[in-house]
Amino acid sequence: MASGLIGKKLGMTQIFKDGRRVPVTVIQAGPCTVLQKKTHSKEGYNAIQLGFAEKVAKRCNKPALGHFKKADKGAFYKIAEFRVEQIDTYEVGQELKTEGFEAGQRISVTGTSKGRGFQGVVRRHGFRGGRETHGSMTHRRPGSIGQNTFPARVFPGHRMGGHMGNKRVTIHNLEIVEVDAENNLLLVKGAVPGASNNFVLIRRK
Amino acid sequence: MNIIQQIEQRQLRSDIPAFRAGDTLRVHVRIREGEKERIQLFQGICIAKQNGSVRESFTVRKHSYGVGVERTFPVHSTMVDKIEVVSRGRVRRAKLYYLRNLQGKAARIREINPGQSEK
Repeated sequence: MASGLIGKKLGMTQIFKDGRRVPVTVIQAGPCTVLQKKTHSKEGYNAIQLGFAEKVAKRCNKPALGHFKKADKGAFYKIAEFRVEQIDTYEVGQELKTEGFEAGQRISVTGTSKGRGFQGVVRRHGFRGGRETHGSMTHRRPGSIGQNTFPARVFPGHRMGGHMGNKRVTIHNLEIVEVDAENNLLLVKGAVPGASNNFVLIRRK
Repeated sequence: MNIIQQIEQRQLRSDIPAFRAGDTLRVHVRIREGEKERIQLFQGICIAKQNGSVRESFTVRKHSYGVGVERTFPVHSTMVDKIEVVSRGRVRRAKLYYLRNLQGKAARIREINPGQSEK
């Protein structure tokens, strides 16, 4: 029973439930290998470190190889940590799959959102912009960003244009529609952050 | 075949007759009322078909008490119990949206092989 798994977003499709269409994201969840146990006595908290997506050992550096050696299950592309309450139920080298996940359950999915580059204030923050016509010269500008001599500065956190996307995003309370234990697939209702083939972290509530 | 295609493939129905825009269809729709389930018929002209594997859908238009009614059905849904092709129509385009602006005699569609497909 894994409290969380590393997965790979495979893409979206739809399935039928009682004749109705349900949009789903297909996630390849696991198999993940337990690489390390972090315990309350040693690290100060209980967690398991998982590895996912096999990697050719030649492509790893030596410190990483040494770490992978402890589990002796090959090297991995993606490593992530999941907090657990009961650490004794896990063994280093153990493989975790979709067991414990079932249809109807609610999960959180974390991923890296698609990068959008430098975006203006209209796209990034949903500002309305100005008029397109009637002599208007402020089409997609942010407008005023502050006051005058006092405070004579722009307040921190003011919304402006800048880099958008390509950051860690978590969506909570997503429903599992179907679990395919044979192929380690989770079908999750709705969308999940990031592009297809990206790594995602799946956490149980 | 990738996994997404496999998931879609296993949901496809094979009991769907071949039809295209212009055909008159009789769609048997499953309706759930509380616990009970019954079949309702919806007969009209298929004015459009949207392809796309499991996402395939079609739109049926009919006139009911002088009001034009359109319903769009997912082809592979279990909500659609059965599709009957009543007659085949001779049309020259894939989407018959122009029928929405026509009424009565002008909204008729010429049949291919009249009387043959009706039983």
